[in-house]
Amino acid sequence: MPLFEAKDLHLRFGDRVVLESVSLAFEAGQLSGIMGPNGAGKTTCFNVLTGRYKPNRGQVLWQGDDITGKSPQDIARLGIARSFQLMNLFDEFTVFENIAIALPGTRRRGHDMIAQAYADTALVDEAHSILEKVGLAGRANDEAKSLSYGARRALEIGVALACRPKLLFLDEPTAGLGSDGRARLTDLILQLKGDLTIVVIEHDMEFLFSLADEISVIHWGQVIARGAPAALKTNPWVEASNLGRLN
Amino acid sequence: MAAARTVPSFTPAMLVTWILFATVPFWIERVGLYQYLGVEILIFALYALAYNLVLGHAGLPSFGHGAFFGIGAYAFGLAQSNIAPNLWVCLAVAAFAAAIAGAFVALFISHRRGIYYALMTIAFGQIFWFIAIKAHRITGGEDGLLKIERLPASLGITTFNLGSNIALYYFVLAVFAVVSFLLWRLVHSPFGRVVKAIKQNEIRARFVGYDVWRYKAAVLVVSTTLSGLAGGLFAMAQTSAFPDVMSLHYSGYVVMMTLVGGGLVSFWGPVIGAVAFFLARDVIGSFTTGWMLWFGLSFVVLVLFKPEGIAGIFAGVMKGRDKIVPRPAAAPQSQAR
Ligand SMILES: Nc1ncnc2c1ncn2[C@@H]1O[C@H](COP(=O)(O)OP(=O)(O)OP(=O)(O)O)[C@@H](O)[C@H]1O
Ligand SMILES: [Mg+2]
Repeated sequence: MPLFEAKDLHLRFGDRVVLESVSLAFEAGQLSGIMGPNGAGKTTCFNVLTGRYKPNRGQVLWQGDDITGKSPQDIARLGIARSFQLMNLFDEFTVFENIAIALPGTRRRGHDMIAQAYADTALVDEAHSILEKVGLAGRANDEAKSLSYGARRALEIGVALACRPKLLFLDEPTAGLGSDGRARLTDLILQLKGDLTIVVIEHDMEFLFSLADEISVIHWGQVIARGAPAALKTNPWVEASNLGRLN
Repeated sequence: MAAARTVPSFTPAMLVTWILFATVPFWIERVGLYQYLGVEILIFALYALAYNLVLGHAGLPSFGHGAFFGIGAYAFGLAQSNIAPNLWVCLAVAAFAAAIAGAFVALFISHRRGIYYALMTIAFGQIFWFIAIKAHRITGGEDGLLKIERLPASLGITTFNLGSNIALYYFVLAVFAVVSFLLWRLVHSPFGRVVKAIKQNEIRARFVGYDVWRYKAAVLVVSTTLSGLAGGLFAMAQTSAFPDVMSLHYSGYVVMMTLVGGGLVSFWGPVIGAVAFFLARDVIGSFTTGWMLWFGLSFVVLVLFKPEGIAGIFAGVMKGRDKIVPRPAAAPQSQAR
C-alpha cells in the first residue's frame, strides 16, 4: 500500500477544469517528482492533497485512510507538511520563532496561556537543529522579512520540516535560486531522503532527474506520464517539456 | 545545547507603570485634577489593554467592544441586586456575562477576516446596545441601572471599604496590576505566540497544524471577559450603568485610545492612550467643549504620520540615541511575493 494516494481527482474553478482524473501514489521512503509546464495544475494538485481545496470528485488516502476534504490543520497533524512556491512565512517573527511555532511541541501546548512559549530547552534545541539543517543557524535572531531571497527559501523548507512530517511536499524549492543554492538544497534533500517521504514539484530537470525515484508529468491538469527517471528520459512528452515546447 | 528563550515576568516598564499609578492619588489634586479621574483612567486602561489583545496582538479589528464593557457593567449591577451583594461574586458575574456574550459573537465571526470581521463586530455591538436600550425592565433603558453600590472588598481577615474614590482607586489598581501581569504572560505564552503567528499569516498557521478558528475565538473571549471585568469596575465607580458605553462611538473611543497610545507596537501603548484620552478630555475640555475635535484631529495626524502611536514616538526617540553607534547595514530586502 502506498503511504499516500490520490485517486481520480477532479477540480473545477467555475467552468474551468484545473485537475482532471489525477491519480498519484507515493511510496514510503521514496522521493517522487512532479513536473509539468506553467499553469499545468501542479500547485493546485498540492493544494488538493494538503487540504486547501476540496476536490469535486476523487479520493485522497493517507496510509489507506480516506482524508479527502479534511482541513489543512487536520492534514498537517497527521504528519503531512508542505512548503509553498510563493513564500509563506511569519514575516515579523524571527527565524527562530518561524521554526519554533511550527514544532509539534509548541502546537501541543497551544492552549497554554501562562507558561512561557520557549522556556523548554529541548524545544529550543529542536528548533536550532532544524535551522542547522537548512543552513540558517547563524540567522536565528533575524526577522524573517530581513532575510535574502535564498535564505527565505531555506526557511520556507525549515518551517515545513519543523512540523516533523512523515511526508513532505515541496513546491518548486529551487525557484529563483542560483547554482550555489541549488547545490545546498540538493544536499539537504539527499540528507532528508530515506527518513522522509518527499514529493517535489520542480521545473529543473537536472535537479529532479538526479534525485527522484519516480516522476509524474502533469499537463493540462492530467497525469500524462509516470515512471522512473531513466524510463522517462526518452518519453516524448518529457522531451518536449524539457525543450520548453509545452509552455 | 541552546539556552531557553524567555522574557522576564516583571519588566522595568511594568514596574514603572504600576509605581507611577500608585503615586497618583498623592499628587493628582495638586495638579488641578481630581481623584475620580484616576479611577476612570485606570479602568479604561484596563479595558484598552484587554481590547488590544484582539486589535493589536491578534490583528482582529473589533469595533464593537463597548458591548462587552457595557454587559459587564449591567451584569455587575444586576448581580448585586439579584444574586448577592458581594464584590467578588458581582465581578465574577460581570466577567462571566461578557465571556458568554463574547463566545456567542465569536461563534459567528471567527471564520471572518479583515473588513468582514470588522463589520460583524459593529453589527453585534449595535445589537447588544439596542437590546440594552430596549430591555427597559432589566437595564432601565436610557435611564440606566441606578443605585449600584460600591461593595466592600472582603479578604477574609480584613475588609476594605471602597466607598471613597481613593480606596476604589487602589482596588482598581490591584486588579489592573494582576490583569496586566497575566496579559503580559499571555502574550508570551504558547497561546499568545500562536495568535501572533495567525495575525501574520493565517494560511501558514493552518498548514503547520493550528485550528485558526479556535484561536481567534478564544482570544476574543479572553478579551471580552476582561472587558466585562473592566465594565463591572466602571459600574461600581459610577454607581450606575448606562447604555452609552455600549454605543458605537464609545466603542470607537477604546479603538482611539489603543491606536493613539501605540497598541500596535507596544504592550503598554493602550495604557498610554487611555491616559492621553482622559487628559485630553479634561484638560483640552476645560478650554473648549470641542475637545473631541482636537483629540480626533491628533488621532488622524498620528494615524497618518505615526501609526505606531505615542509608544512608537517614544521608541523612536530612544532609538535615535542609539544611532550614535554606527550600525551594520541592513540585509537586502527581498520581495518574493
Ligand atoms: N484559486 C484559483 N481560482 C481560479 N483558477 C485557479 C486558481 N488557482 C489556480 N488556478 C488556475 O489553475 C491553473 C493551474 O494553476 P497552478 O498554479 O496549479 O499551476 P502550476 O502547475 O503550479 O504552474 P507553475 O509552474 O506556474 O507554478 C492555472 O491556469 C491557474 O490560473
Ligand atoms: Mg505552481
